[in-house]
Amino acid sequence: MDLSAINPILLLASLMVAATAVMIAALGELIVERAGVLNLGVEGMMITGAIVGFAAAVHSGSPTVGFIAAAAGGAGLSLLFALLTQVALANQVASGLALTLFGLGLSSLIGQSYVGIKPPSTPKLDIPLLSDIPVLGPIVFRHDLMVYIGIALVAVVWAFLKFTRAGLVLRAVGENHDAAHALGYKVVRIRVMAILFGGACAGLGGAYISLIRVPQWTEGMTAGVGWIALALVVFASWKPWRVLLGAYLFGGVTVLQLNLQAAGIAIPVEYLSMSPYLITILVLVIMSADRSAAPASLGRIFHASQ
Amino acid sequence: MLTLEKRPQPSKALSYITPVLAVIVTMIAGGLLFAALGKDPIVAIRTIFWEPLFGEFASYYRPQLLVKGGPLILIALGLSLGFRAGIWNIGAEGQYIIGAICGAGVALAFYPLEAWYIFPLMVIAGALGGWAWAMIPALLKVKFGTNEILVSLMLVYVAEQLLASMALGVMKNPQGYGFPGSRNLQQYPSAFNNELIAGTGMHWGVAAAFIAAIFSYVLLNRHILGFQIRLTGEAPRAARFSGVKPARLVLICMGSAGALAGLAGMFEVAGPSGQISINFNVGYGFTAIIVAFLGRLHPVGIIFAGLLMALTYIGGDAAQSRLQLPAAAIQMVQGMLLFFLLAVDVLTNYRIKLTKREVA
Amino acid sequence: MLMKKRSFLAGAATALGLMTVTTGAAWAQQEKVKVGFVYLGPIGDGGWTYQHNQGRLALEEALGDKVETVYVENVPEGPDAERVMTEMALNGCDLIIATSFGYMDYTINVAKKFPKVKFEHATGYKLADNVAVYGSRFYEGRAIQGTIAGMVTKSNVIGYIGSYPIPEVIRGINSVFIHARKVNPDVQLKIVWAFTWFDPAKEADAARVLIEQGADVVIQHTDSTAPQAAAAEAGNVYTFGQASDMADFAPMPRVSSIIDNWAPYYIARAQAVLDGTWESANTWDGIASGMVGIGEVSDAVPAEVKTAAMDMKAAIADGSYHPFTGPLKKQDGSDWLAEGEVADDGVLAGMDFYVEGIEGEVPN
Repeated sequence: MDLSAINPILLLASLMVAATAVMIAALGELIVERAGVLNLGVEGMMITGAIVGFAAAVHSGSPTVGFIAAAAGGAGLSLLFALLTQVALANQVASGLALTLFGLGLSSLIGQSYVGIKPPSTPKLDIPLLSDIPVLGPIVFRHDLMVYIGIALVAVVWAFLKFTRAGLVLRAVGENHDAAHALGYKVVRIRVMAILFGGACAGLGGAYISLIRVPQWTEGMTAGVGWIALALVVFASWKPWRVLLGAYLFGGVTVLQLNLQAAGIAIPVEYLSMSPYLITILVLVIMSADRSAAPASLGRIFHASQ
Repeated sequence: MLTLEKRPQPSKALSYITPVLAVIVTMIAGGLLFAALGKDPIVAIRTIFWEPLFGEFASYYRPQLLVKGGPLILIALGLSLGFRAGIWNIGAEGQYIIGAICGAGVALAFYPLEAWYIFPLMVIAGALGGWAWAMIPALLKVKFGTNEILVSLMLVYVAEQLLASMALGVMKNPQGYGFPGSRNLQQYPSAFNNELIAGTGMHWGVAAAFIAAIFSYVLLNRHILGFQIRLTGEAPRAARFSGVKPARLVLICMGSAGALAGLAGMFEVAGPSGQISINFNVGYGFTAIIVAFLGRLHPVGIIFAGLLMALTYIGGDAAQSRLQLPAAAIQMVQGMLLFFLLAVDVLTNYRIKLTKREVA
Repeated sequence: MLMKKRSFLAGAATALGLMTVTTGAAWAQQEKVKVGFVYLGPIGDGGWTYQHNQGRLALEEALGDKVETVYVENVPEGPDAERVMTEMALNGCDLIIATSFGYMDYTINVAKKFPKVKFEHATGYKLADNVAVYGSRFYEGRAIQGTIAGMVTKSNVIGYIGSYPIPEVIRGINSVFIHARKVNPDVQLKIVWAFTWFDPAKEADAARVLIEQGADVVIQHTDSTAPQAAAAEAGNVYTFGQASDMADFAPMPRVSSIIDNWAPYYIARAQAVLDGTWESANTWDGIASGMVGIGEVSDAVPAEVKTAAMDMKAAIADGSYHPFTGPLKKQDGSDWLAEGEVADDGVLAGMDFYVEGIEGEVPN
């Protein structure tokens, strides 16, 4: 047993990387749910983004093009969900599950010719001077650009919801779509836009896995991250900064248990792996006392009956 | 422009026609997909939807439809009660796993004793296990108003970890040379959920599915509870005024869904699967959600939907091995089936009207 | 299904006298053979299933129009496997290859119903007249990796990413450790159990953790390339390809690899069906037959390391050296193998203990 082998600085640094994909996807879903829509298809959109981004990056030679394509791919798939739930007024739970099923199939069909290929590499930023700051440098300033974009996105989403008029309207739609409609807001249009944003974020998160994290294409490579993103939104009580915190905590549990193992400490891995989900349930229960937390119209079908 | 107008009553006729329509549209879209992959679409569609029922080896496949469809129907029936009342239990997969663990746990505890009462005890344990697992989100919802969709989903992951721990730990077969996985219950006569009549695929789980369908039909159509469930789903406010206790309804709906899912898991582990292994669960709990919707949340509809879903799996595997159709294509077709089904559903509940654009 | 983790594939185990092998009935010669493959994952998983499918393609290539192959991917280890194999048998397959440990009991069930069809079950231990089992002695390749790792490590810490604590994985850990210690008495092994065969994100985390805790060699028993990427990013860390060559990461960090090469076996077995000479057998092959392929040792390691690795490979291949040769003690200090004694296959097949010197315990 050698706890001193665990280097807290490096632990924090790898945490930031581990958390990025799930964080970006969760931010997208947060906006979707804030608009009152529950899209359970995050996993399907992520894996679609992963392959679309991968393919685009391979063909163009540019990871940037890959990420843009991934966002477009995720948004494209989410459009199906938007059509079903907002136009055809279908049940959101079932539509989301269908989206995941469809996305998993679609991604492996597209991906058939991409197995075993290495994508163009994404450079690390390694900001001069800043990255040389002791302690802080390695933790904060030596990552790929997407890590920072992810954090920036948290800030943007937070500011959008808190300070902008559009954010206010979005929240109003999520809280009470009938009232929002009565006030003259285009409920369906706003929700479709939110869904598209959610899809784009999920696509980006997926591409982070296939282009940076792994980087390779293999079928089913998101391995359930999309579902964790869903849990994360709840854990975060629909608040952007808590998504960041939650992503670090979720990633942290994994990284920490691996660290403890490597340090030679016998731990019951299965039980530790359960803990994020149990914690999420606990958070859910605590939050339920505060009924304002969850968007009141979440999952409900909106139909403007004139 | 086209607008939707809510029907005062969902159209009866259309609720029968639309599922068929969805299947036909899926076949067409699937055919196009297969053609794009360079396969003969007619042959592919026939292999998936026709051959298992009426082809050369139908006598083998038809019983397999029951084996595959049985757990789907059993779980979907339980889910449909809650779905009708607007209670969203999407954690049936976890309840299925816990039911299997409890059922197998009873069997393994008695091993190698042979006695008539072991199987009934397993059935009870399986149902109780699933019920208890579903009670967690149910009680949390009733006590604290916690969202049951998310809690039940979270509990699926917890159940999966428990399953892994069981397969690698306490339930590991002591004669398995260190490999994970329990003893095979197929070789333990007192616990084996064998076919009731050889070669028919009818095991106790399938029988339970049909019994549950009858019960649920009677409940929904003839019993006050069924009325309350429907009323709550269609008009929650009116339900409250007419004395429906939502908390009681949540507990009953979630509990019965959990118990049925637990039973399905128990029958599966004692029968076709035979053992607790890390990957014992193959997604029946999630597919059953699709089945419940495909069957319009109606007991008879769910039986047909379960069999149809089983057909896409069985026919899909057949199409893979005979036509080398990729598994991914079949997954997509299943996704499409659900898409189209959900999309055409709008016709049942809404009327499409052509209105003139209002001039501002 | 929706959130299916990479399913289970288990290590090679021998029959251990569990079932007596009667000599197979004489099969007739035939013109053409139809072979069905049952796959656990998608053929695009880039690891376990991918390699089996490469074997299938090589089989088609080798036997030309005398062979027809079919496959079904993503087959769960349960009643579905039984159905898929039955379906293949009904549709005229002469030889059915079940490529995952969890198919074991279902293979036996189907084989009983179709006594004329031959079955090959990967990594299992249950035999029948028409069921053969086969597996790889991956631990032979691990001996080479241990040798290289022990010589190139500067921190004297070797990281090991285990999947599940099953005999195959434990054999690999022991083999690596024994051979690393042989060339470098100061070597320490840090083991992390991922409890998955395939989860790129988690594997990447595991590799990073090991590197952060001082490992400059990372050996993986999971299937994705994520640990390779993590090592490449860290720089100055050596890795080995797993299942496939992972040559994209050569010459650094990937300095060699263990390749699952099923092609020779599949070709031989299909040919045996054609010739009417197929018999139930328990095959546990290694480097000698080529079932365990050793990817080229890259120039990133010094020449003498490469030589040592190649010598080890040659010695194992010609049978003059067995990776588990005494004197060896178990972790608790009790004697296992006496001087010069070679481990028997039965003990290896069920290996559930570490050898002396490894820290930590096998989880269960």
